[in-house]
Amino acid sequence: MYNYQKMENHFDPRANYEKTKKEVSYVPRKEATQKTYDDIGFMSGLEVHQQLLTDKKLFCNCPAGRFHDSDDYDAEVIRHMRPTLSELGEYDGTALMEFKTRKEIVYRLKHQTTCTYEVDDTPPFPINRQALDIAIEISLLSKLNIVGEVHITRKQYLDGSIPTGFQRTAIIGVEGEIPLKNKNVRLIQLSIEEDSCREISDIGHTRVYKTDRLGMPLIETVTYPDMVNPDEVMEACNYIRFLNRSTGKVRVGMGAGREDVNVSCKGGTRVEIKGVAHTKWIPELTHNECFRQWALLKIREKLQSKFADYKAWEMSHGFLDFDMFEITYEPLKVAKDSGEKLVAVNLPGFKGIMSHFTQPGKMFADEISDRLKVVACLEKPNLLHTEQFEPIITDLDLDIIAPMLNAGPDDAQLIVWGPEEDMKTALETIEERCKMAFEGVPEETRKSFENGTTIFERVLPGADRMYPDTDSAPIPLTNEVIDELSKGLPTDVVARYNQLKEWGVAESTYNYIFKRNLFPIIDTISKKHKISPKWLGNFIGHRMKWVEGHFEKGEGFNYEIIEDLLVFLKKKNYNLKLAYKMLPVLYHYPKMELESVLTSIKFKERQQDEITEKIDFLSEKFSSICYSDSTENRIDWIMGQLSRMAYGNMGLENLYQVVKQKISE
Amino acid sequence: MSEDFFQGYKGEALDLLKKYQVRVWGQAEIQTTRGDFKGTVLPRSENDDDKHIVLKIITGYNIGIDTGTVTGMKETGYKKANYQIPEKEFPITEGLPKIKLLGTGGTIASRLDYRTGAVIPAFTPGELYGAVPELADICNLTTDKLFAVFSENMGPEQYKKLAISIGEEIEKGIDGIVIGHGTDTLSHTAAALTFMIQNSPIPIVLVGSQRSSDRPSSDAALNLMHAMTAAGHGDIAEVMVCMFGPTSDEYGFLHRGTRVRKMHSSYRSTFRTIGDIPLATVTRKGVVPIKQDYKPRRKDKQVKIMPYFEEKVTIVYYYPNMQPDVIDALVDAGYKGIIIAGTGLGHINKPLYPAIERAHAKGVHMFMTVQTLWGYTHMFVYDTGRDLMAKGIIPAANMLPETAYIKLGWTLGQTNDPEEVKRIMLTPINDEITEREPYNGYLIYQGGVKEVDEFVRKVHK
Repeated sequence: MYNYQKMENHFDPRANYEKTKKEVSYVPRKEATQKTYDDIGFMSGLEVHQQLLTDKKLFCNCPAGRFHDSDDYDAEVIRHMRPTLSELGEYDGTALMEFKTRKEIVYRLKHQTTCTYEVDDTPPFPINRQALDIAIEISLLSKLNIVGEVHITRKQYLDGSIPTGFQRTAIIGVEGEIPLKNKNVRLIQLSIEEDSCREISDIGHTRVYKTDRLGMPLIETVTYPDMVNPDEVMEACNYIRFLNRSTGKVRVGMGAGREDVNVSCKGGTRVEIKGVAHTKWIPELTHNECFRQWALLKIREKLQSKFADYKAWEMSHGFLDFDMFEITYEPLKVAKDSGEKLVAVNLPGFKGIMSHFTQPGKMFADEISDRLKVVACLEKPNLLHTEQFEPIITDLDLDIIAPMLNAGPDDAQLIVWGPEEDMKTALETIEERCKMAFEGVPEETRKSFENGTTIFERVLPGADRMYPDTDSAPIPLTNEVIDELSKGLPTDVVARYNQLKEWGVAESTYNYIFKRNLFPIIDTISKKHKISPKWLGNFIGHRMKWVEGHFEKGEGFNYEIIEDLLVFLKKKNYNLKLAYKMLPVLYHYPKMELESVLTSIKFKERQQDEITEKIDFLSEKFSSICYSDSTENRIDWIMGQLSRMAYGNMGLENLYQVVKQKISE
Repeated sequence: MSEDFFQGYKGEALDLLKKYQVRVWGQAEIQTTRGDFKGTVLPRSENDDDKHIVLKIITGYNIGIDTGTVTGMKETGYKKANYQIPEKEFPITEGLPKIKLLGTGGTIASRLDYRTGAVIPAFTPGELYGAVPELADICNLTTDKLFAVFSENMGPEQYKKLAISIGEEIEKGIDGIVIGHGTDTLSHTAAALTFMIQNSPIPIVLVGSQRSSDRPSSDAALNLMHAMTAAGHGDIAEVMVCMFGPTSDEYGFLHRGTRVRKMHSSYRSTFRTIGDIPLATVTRKGVVPIKQDYKPRRKDKQVKIMPYFEEKVTIVYYYPNMQPDVIDALVDAGYKGIIIAGTGLGHINKPLYPAIERAHAKGVHMFMTVQTLWGYTHMFVYDTGRDLMAKGIIPAANMLPETAYIKLGWTLGQTNDPEEVKRIMLTPINDEITEREPYNGYLIYQGGVKEVDEFVRKVHK
């Protein structure tokens, strides 16, 4: 198995790839129309995760929202996960697969963010009421039917992302609705749940996590699969995210909001793309996933036409000796040196399937390789096959392998290697994935990449992995509680959100504005006094927030004082920018006369002439002290001398024009 | 008996279900003032209120419906869940040791009980094999469910029955015994069996779990594998407790039944050997002894079963300002033996002296142990100690209070003669009193200290 130049051209995998891509009628997203999606039956639903802004975690008293580096830890704990029976007496598919992988899970703990609850050595404390109330409020905004009693449920995750092996989660509401531009999208449910660990690495049989994020309160909003094209999915996602954010009670920033996107095509299966970090990735991902499924259905059609009774399809394999081949391929050299096993597999009837298009830049063989990595813990590259664009298995190699496997002309062969103890699972995994090709689209969760492609992550878990949490009592939600929470709800949060966006107010101010309920003030003042809402929104969202964080609040301060301040400046015909300097003083001494505030910031009222008449003098002075006599430097220097004086009396932009003009005279 | 269609429901909720003829396990559509809900009606835990109906909705979650909001309800289908661990016949493998697993209750293997919402044990070899198939690689297993009681309900009757059953199993030629047991009183039972089963030729291993096996990260499976390995392949023929060493899934400890104690209410690594080092570590690969002076496995069947227990024995945990009437009341109630857990080296206050004298005069046997758990009683150091000894309290060296309680019960089950009681109590059967305390026996380090934190970062706790 050495890299060689193709000598004979029996079969061109590249041509086959392009041919099958055409058969699938794949088009790039830019060229796709609604008809494209209707033809392949695009269908998509969302699970939008949003961290809540609470001081503490959901089921213990560790602080929420503190994070640390992967190497910054105080202790490690090791766990293994085993599948258990669901409440209805069945094992879950994912559970069994995860068990097959036999991973050793290592948790890195930091004292500051982790107590004995996170590592499952202490039962849960009562649920964080602050988080629960936020979840109820958002459920009400999402027009969901609120449950009468919250039941904490354990949702199994055997990947180790939660040390207990399950996530504590509970439904707050079911059956809601959100309005998009052209249609309403129905919501299945909203749940509150604890966030999982962050993965540090996953190599071979060891997966490493850190527990800082673990246990932070999170809500998950789940939609019905009502979206029929990729843009609609993104629109729905943005709507839900904005709705959540408009309460001002959720976290923002990297990782605070994450989406799982469910996609299927006509005749396909619900496939879940997990943990999409950016909303803008959604269209490309859903587009490609839908076509991947469409391609898999094409593959099924081809395979079924070859095998009348496909249930009887079987692959064959034989162990190889490294010494039978001249090995130049580096991964195989490494495998040989570390005493791994080498197996050849014959896949009857799979010629033309291995290099069949599935996603841009990916073929069917990648589906097998992805599963080998996850299920059998074989790091990539983990296989070679007879339809690689740059072949590594040579005809010479095939002369040895093919007869051994009794391979026919319509078969494909692959070679896989790894530690002896993993080979059984590896072979089972290959056979399983190939048999699934006869059935169509496997139910699975997939990991997303920025380029819009996905890889296999896990078997899609079913409802079987739910189990009541015997450590927690149900929490009743009375009408009184719900009525009380309804009272505090902003009525038209999403409209307000969109309004701020339209005005051009910086997005970084929204949380503060909604949290302090300052939208009505911005709205009223800007309309009443004809002040630019963009300027006002940014002034309040940035300056007011900064002042609150840096100065002591004086007795009697309230946000209405902002209006008095701006009216005063307008009336005096001063530049509104003065408000930036006056606000800290006013915040600390709200009862101070506004004139006195001006004095305290050393503001002196000056007529425009009084300022501009100094320009000539300054220009002369510049000539005598300057090193380089460019006009630009001259203007800058003069501006520097005058800006303090001008502040509040004339706009700097205006001053700049006057200076420029005077110099050129 | 007619089937219970409304498992666990009572009051308002029961009336509502009856009114609309909706059964537990029925698929229901419920109209409420908060909107419509659909799902399978689940049994309700008996201790929960009567104002909610539990529904499993299609996504697998459970929710509660407030009965006060219900305006209509309809049963549209019915499917009763059949909850059981898949039972497969436990394979017999030539050459593997024969192990008998004795069930007492507890959470080694378990399933959910809807009435209480708690977990209840499941225990046949087939069920165990279904849950932990690796066991078949370790031993040939048979099981006997002796009783199904929670750990806190284990007592002298159960100790005696266990001892007798184990004697019979040894007689029949079993290679090792494993006892599944709730963890709360696991060490009490271990102590009792140490005294009741003497000179055992085979390992007798008590095992439990701190996380029930209905959880993916349960310690039950690994504990079982460790216990079976110790019982079937280990060379230590003593009564031992087998539980997690560190909280990580790494290795188990074998603790001597008389020196072990549960030290944390919820940690996996809750069991610790007190005042000594553990007997051995155990992994699936085998037992690695830490102590070298253990009693090795033998081929004979020369075991001595001594199933005795006097129930009128108690422990008094001393505290400042304890009043003498506490002791008086015990004596008047007919208690024959009192273990005192005293402060420091084994002290109680002067106001108790008359009560102690009275108890002694009435023939009550009193032994002093220490609340500190680590260390010996030293009643010669202070006058108080000498006074107490003069008044009939016998220091029990470094015997753990619970072990002393069990031993006194067992001793008084055989004799009431003060000298004989004292002799039996102070003659160690298996290290309940040790001659020496190793310097690395007492190791309670405090976190936050630099060298300890460095250790914890490197070594899995």
